[in-house]
Amino acid sequence: MRWIRNNLVLLLGIAVLIYTFIPIAIVILMSFNDPNSRLIYSFDGFTLYNWQNPCEPDGMCGALWTSIKVGFLATLFSTILGTLAAFALVRHDFQGRSSSNLLIFMPMAAPEIVMGSSLLALFVAAGFAGQLGFWTILIAHIMFCLSFVVVTVRARLAGLDDNLEQAAMDLYATPSQTFWRVTFPLVFPGILGAALLSFSLSFDDFIITNLNAGNTTTFPMFVWGAAQRGVPMQVNVVGTLMFMIAILIVVGGEVTSRRRNAKLA
Amino acid sequence: MTRRTGGLGYLLLAPAALWLVLFFVVPFYSLVATSLFDPAGSDFRGYEMTYHWQNYTDAVQEYWRPMLRSLWYGALATFFCLILGYVLAYAIAFKAGRWKNLMLVLVIAPFFTSFLVRTLSWKLILADDGWIVDTLQTLHLLGEDGRLLVTPFAVVMGLTYNFLPFMVLPLYASIDKIDHRLIEAAGDLYANPVVGFFKVTWPLSLPGVISGTLLTFIPASGDYINAQLLGGPNQRMVGGVIQSLFTDANDYPTAAALSVIMMVGIVAMVLVYVRRAGTEELL
Repeated sequence: MRWIRNNLVLLLGIAVLIYTFIPIAIVILMSFNDPNSRLIYSFDGFTLYNWQNPCEPDGMCGALWTSIKVGFLATLFSTILGTLAAFALVRHDFQGRSSSNLLIFMPMAAPEIVMGSSLLALFVAAGFAGQLGFWTILIAHIMFCLSFVVVTVRARLAGLDDNLEQAAMDLYATPSQTFWRVTFPLVFPGILGAALLSFSLSFDDFIITNLNAGNTTTFPMFVWGAAQRGVPMQVNVVGTLMFMIAILIVVGGEVTSRRRNAKLA
Repeated sequence: MTRRTGGLGYLLLAPAALWLVLFFVVPFYSLVATSLFDPAGSDFRGYEMTYHWQNYTDAVQEYWRPMLRSLWYGALATFFCLILGYVLAYAIAFKAGRWKNLMLVLVIAPFFTSFLVRTLSWKLILADDGWIVDTLQTLHLLGEDGRLLVTPFAVVMGLTYNFLPFMVLPLYASIDKIDHRLIEAAGDLYANPVVGFFKVTWPLSLPGVISGTLLTFIPASGDYINAQLLGGPNQRMVGGVIQSLFTDANDYPTAAALSVIMMVGIVAMVLVYVRRAGTEELL
């Protein structure tokens, strides 16, 4: 009883965590489901069929591929632009800092529906109403990923120990040597984290994408469409895979950083 | 940190800033312009700019219900997120010990599975023939044909679930910074834990509470996926109205007017926050 009292907060915290995992458990379970009906489904029987035939639902894998392509390109561009901007904000002094901060903050605060409809209004006004598709989706995704990259890289940069760079300079490293041998490797984990965040934001976006996609279909749009007709079980296979890949990346990152710390110590 | 002055800073910032100006700020001008177009036009015949301010009063008159509902659901979800998120963030910051990193990872992990797939999963859990509804009916907490799906409860629950990390992470960042000795000092001065919490911990965590509330309330009240998948026509939120006006009804001016109203509300909230905390604290 006393133990429970002492650890009440921790137990409640764990209970909240369990709550966040309930839907994931259902997604994983349903990926092995053999449903009797497409519309109302419960767990009717165990099967590996969905995992063996992931691309069976019409258009799902095409949509998935579109999402992967968009996600990859959006990540690449937003990570580069965002990292440069983060360096500017942390390392350089210039006029208009607070308006730059605001410009970077606003896309994170603006509701997606507003950003999506604004972009649509722009594309229509610019005469691109007929060309909505892959490229307009990509433009939108780079836009909303950028701020998250800046924030993530910026946090890493701001937490950096100045002394290490000073030491490199004292040992006669040129500015570019200092940057590539000291600064960049230290900031790199932040950049990598930002890239992962960008990819998952891009991959998961529905509201902005849906308004600016024209006839192109991304994975979330496929799921949305399917939700009206009955969701194929393979959607759960993709959900499960995404979850597993994310866990692998995070655990892998943790293990490498532990190993590196152990080596340093 | 020494900051260098000079042109390089501008050069590094320029590409990102330009992108945001072109595809975030300028579009907002197009949105405002669209909201003032003559509603008689259509997207292929073209719209005429007539400074038709009436679009706004029309939009409010017709859609004030979903607008208020969005604020209400967003506020409820934010409130529940704050309670659940505070417990979780507090537990991670003060009680988790060496499991801190693991618990932080676990907070984010479920959210790597697609938003839509997760929400559909709740639809299954709350379904009329699901075990939760069955149990509640057996316990007579829910009537014979009572249901959870297509109720405000389902929508608010979905919103709470989906936006929880937006609350937990800022809260954690704030609570983790609190000097534990201050809380101990309160105890030494005979404050009981409850008083200690409200006089010391809570005020010190306020920056996290404010930014978490902002980061949860904004997307939650703008969301329409939960309302659409877990609710029915009576739970429609303004995001869904805007979306269908754009894509189904092709009524761009009204949709744009609704969007502008939303954005103005959000900007006002952010400005109040910036007044309090300054722009450096935003990020």
